[in-house]
Amino acid sequence: MLPELSLNILDIVNNSIRAKADLITIEVRIHKKEDVLIIKITDNGHGIPEELLSKVEDPFFTTRNTRNIGLGIPFLKQAAEITGGIFKIESIPGIKTVVYASFGLTHIDRMPLGDICSTIYTLLLANQSIDFLYIYEVDGKEFQLDTRKFREILGDIPFDTPEVAGFIRDYLTQNHREVDGGIIF
Amino acid sequence: MKSLEELRAIRANMQAQMGLRKEDGNQTRIVVGMATCGIASGARPVLVALSDAVQEKGLKNVTVTQTGCIGLCKYEPIVEVIEPGKEKVTYVKMTPEKALEVLEKHIIRGQIVKEYTISEMIG
Repeated sequence: MLPELSLNILDIVNNSIRAKADLITIEVRIHKKEDVLIIKITDNGHGIPEELLSKVEDPFFTTRNTRNIGLGIPFLKQAAEITGGIFKIESIPGIKTVVYASFGLTHIDRMPLGDICSTIYTLLLANQSIDFLYIYEVDGKEFQLDTRKFREILGDIPFDTPEVAGFIRDYLTQNHREVDGGIIF
Repeated sequence: MKSLEELRAIRANMQAQMGLRKEDGNQTRIVVGMATCGIASGARPVLVALSDAVQEKGLKNVTVTQTGCIGLCKYEPIVEVIEPGKEKVTYVKMTPEKALEVLEKHIIRGQIVKEYTISEMIG
């Protein structure tokens, strides 16, 4: 098990990276009234053929040859379902793949979201050839981080120059706080 | 909300500076394993620590990046150091502290930290 949902997100997004996606959308949406936390990851990588789609939820299935188990998707599925949530994965090979997980927000077994800022920060800095759109919403209030907009401004200045990396970190932490008012989910 | 205005100012400031990093053959790459096995054993704080330290120390010819599972799950978190013209060095069971030691001794001073390497661990 991974102890934080933000680590599950990091893990699932690495599937998108391995599938050669160049645009990955990560949505975290919290609706207190409906008592739900939703994670949705959409990518434009090569996708999963229909015959494999049912197998990816099986921990003893993997396409890689470095080891013979694949736990990323089963972990997220289990984490969602034990809270009364739903897990779905849909793929149109070559067009898009969507991983969707919902969680009972106040369910006792729901793992904390954890350090989502570090997950996004890590992904952005270590994968600069990929564009990311990150959306964080709490009860209708949201902020977006779109690396395409960052690149428009920055040109060829890399994200891991200290000034830019510092900005990304502050942008994430400050805007998170504004959206959730400092509540830890 | 923090806006992108500040980013414009950063860019204007940076363009005035000389010595922006060039992505050429002289880059040293630090690669952190970031599959389920790596993440579960603590790869995220290792990557953040390395990335922050490279920025702080102004190491312009070093990039920190990530990769998937290389099949040595029980030795994660794994950090590979790939220097141009040299053999790849694989460090295993990393922590942020050990990774910073590797950065200081290996990347900056050129001395491989033998006790943390895979060959030392497996024997």
